[in-house]
Amino acid sequence: MSDEKAPSPSRRQLFKSLGLVPIAAVGLAGCAREADKPADLGPAPGDYKPTFFTAAEWAFIQAACDQLIPADNIGPSASQAGVPEFIDRHMQTPYASGDIWYMQGPFIEAAPQFGYQGRLPVRDILRVGIKGIDAHCAKQFSGKSFAQLEHQDQEALLKSAEAGKLELENISAKEFFNQLLNETRMGYFCDPKHGGNKNMSAWKMIGYPGMRADYTNWVEVRDQPYPLPPVDLDGKRG
Amino acid sequence: MAIVKPKVDAVIVGMGWTGAIMAKELTDAGLRVVALERGPDRDTQPDFAYPRVVDELEGSIHRKFLQSLAKETVTARHSSKDTAVPYRQMGSFKPGTGVGGAGTHWSGCHFRALREDFNLRSNMKQRYGAKFIPEGMTIADFPVTYDDLEPHFDHFEYVCGTSGKAGVLNGAKIPGGNPFEASRSREFPLPPNRNYLGAELFYKAAREVGYSAYPIPASNASAAYVNPYGCQMGPCNFCGFCSDYGCLNYSKASPNASILPVLRLRKEFELRAHAQVLKVNLDGTRSRATGVTYLDADGKETEQPADLVLLCAFSLFNVHLMLLSGIGKPYDPVSETGTVGRNYSYQNLNRVTLFFDDSVQANGFIGIGGGGATFDDLNGNQLDNAKAGFVGGGVIWARQPGSGPIRGISTAPGVPNWGSAWKQGVKDAFRHSFYYEVQGACMAYRANYLDLDPTYRDAFGRPLLRMTFDWNANEIRASQFLVGKALDMCKVLNPKALSGDAKKDGEHYNITRYQSTHTCGGAIMGTDPKTSALNRYLQSWDVPNVFAPGANAFPQNNGYNPTGMVGALTYWAAKAIREQYIKSPGALIHT
Repeated sequence: MSDEKAPSPSRRQLFKSLGLVPIAAVGLAGCAREADKPADLGPAPGDYKPTFFTAAEWAFIQAACDQLIPADNIGPSASQAGVPEFIDRHMQTPYASGDIWYMQGPFIEAAPQFGYQGRLPVRDILRVGIKGIDAHCAKQFSGKSFAQLEHQDQEALLKSAEAGKLELENISAKEFFNQLLNETRMGYFCDPKHGGNKNMSAWKMIGYPGMRADYTNWVEVRDQPYPLPPVDLDGKRG
Repeated sequence: MAIVKPKVDAVIVGMGWTGAIMAKELTDAGLRVVALERGPDRDTQPDFAYPRVVDELEGSIHRKFLQSLAKETVTARHSSKDTAVPYRQMGSFKPGTGVGGAGTHWSGCHFRALREDFNLRSNMKQRYGAKFIPEGMTIADFPVTYDDLEPHFDHFEYVCGTSGKAGVLNGAKIPGGNPFEASRSREFPLPPNRNYLGAELFYKAAREVGYSAYPIPASNASAAYVNPYGCQMGPCNFCGFCSDYGCLNYSKASPNASILPVLRLRKEFELRAHAQVLKVNLDGTRSRATGVTYLDADGKETEQPADLVLLCAFSLFNVHLMLLSGIGKPYDPVSETGTVGRNYSYQNLNRVTLFFDDSVQANGFIGIGGGGATFDDLNGNQLDNAKAGFVGGGVIWARQPGSGPIRGISTAPGVPNWGSAWKQGVKDAFRHSFYYEVQGACMAYRANYLDLDPTYRDAFGRPLLRMTFDWNANEIRASQFLVGKALDMCKVLNPKALSGDAKKDGEHYNITRYQSTHTCGGAIMGTDPKTSALNRYLQSWDVPNVFAPGANAFPQNNGYNPTGMVGALTYWAAKAIREQYIKSPGALIHT
């Protein structure tokens, strides 16, 4: 019985991947203390060195995420919140290698109501998609990569991927876009322990109290906004 | 060479609600019971301990408490003319795995069926004539009545510490509850939970439109409670991590918190986790089970001989095991013969979302799975089906199991999916919107059924279960009618914006979008062995030492969540085993 209570292999692997955290966690702790100024969006997450993405892929991820969640006066941008770091780390979890997806063939086309029927797990959907978009850009914009394009060109490309109007090699641009958007939103709103949502800045933007998980005294309060700032899984206050 | 374990009186496949109830009842009767659970063992400590359990990424994206589709899944198609493809990513429904099963990550809505839900077919015929039931619709009466099950509904609610308010008590209507419910023999074990804003406003809107709203019966404890087994529950703290999560607070009833603390101490009971049952073994006559074959935690093929086999897996996988083992004749929709796979049905779930300005503190992060409010004015005999134009009713409810930004933030109509306008949209909506849902019944049809897939296999080499299912005009009309009523009611509350997702004419079933885990039918109970796989005691007509309790037994699905009914049916079957079968093993109904 005691053996059965040990974390399952996939959970153990997840722990292991989270073992990569220390550098980021130290940075986070350092910044949490100076985070009280409203304008301060936390650390510049530029120090993170990707261990999954290549340099070219990393440039794409940073540029694309900031198109999806741009810098403005509403809240942090994706890169200010550490989304690229989240995605780089998330791609190294069992989830992103297809651990909980049915991955056996044959892989046949089906109506969209049946979901993605290709053979790539999330991390390869991103890889193959990035390569496809950069190849498309090189052809269309005289050798430039996506990250080197003007903002409006980047935005237009993502819009046509979202609408399924962009033809890429080996992958549906729409499927790629959906996975990229999902990953970006997850990185924006996840617990900071996963690398994104630095300083709980995305939670503060929407007023999410994070991991408090006890609202006994607030269920019936109607006349004032919930007053407490967020806490994360480590017990830090935002 | 398979390892052969010593024979036991009963082997249970799956340790969710039905498995835990059976194990308790059969060990009460003195049987030696072995339970085989395909997933890991789980308990409140350490598996649902705060803070780790409330990690949204692990719970709602990595699907920590759900089955891995890499190991077992189904294939799906809209009609028998199509080629089915695998359910590759979790979407429309979410089977659990591990000790507790879907009973750990459910919400807690704990309904009884209405009296008329039990005799749907004859009731429709009587009220509107046989012609009112469309061609191809294969609805049937349950072979049990509400009165048969009342003591078991009652007992299961007391095991779960269900919080609610009776509307009809020993035949007398009492204020505050559902005036249309079938009579209860006792008040709920606990009073209703407090209302979050959306539920409070639901009462207001329902009152103005003339509906009789009442608290959803919730197996989320409103106060400290000790159940008849001595298991303790604490009051729900509205943590907001209910659906998808194990309860951190001993507040949501589950096999883990409500039954297993007793079972784990019993010498007659042995639980083997990571035990993947592959099939039920039958003897040469094919009419008697000799036990089951499973893979142990180490992957070794192991045989567990037993006198009695209880299929207590998730509804879909009960059907799968019966098909794989040759228990009963597979259903053939062309000749309309065979029973296993017949009458697969689902749930007709739809949502309306209300958006307000920032003066309205909706606080969707405050959550309780089964709490909230609903009404039955459009369900059962309250609904004039002839006028509404469809068979089966439904409920509209306010329910807030807890939202978090990773689980998704609904934005007002017109807000894009990304960019600064999206950021503004999620900021505006997150604390100032809530939703109501329409949960409609789903009828059974000749063309909606389960069988074995000819192409795809699971991680153990077995053919996957194949689901042939699509929406029919009846359910689409129901969706449009009920969502229309919900939208009308919401207008009373003057939201800034309002969205609803009624099904469109001709719309096909979309397996990618979460709707409901209420997959029903496939091995239904009935009075005729030609059209049902199980008799009224959930006993296989063909192999009488196999029982298959679960939502697989529903001839069709009603407008309520199935768990209350599933629990009651399981206690009912256990009683028949204890009082009749043990004394004289064999078929309990002779035809």
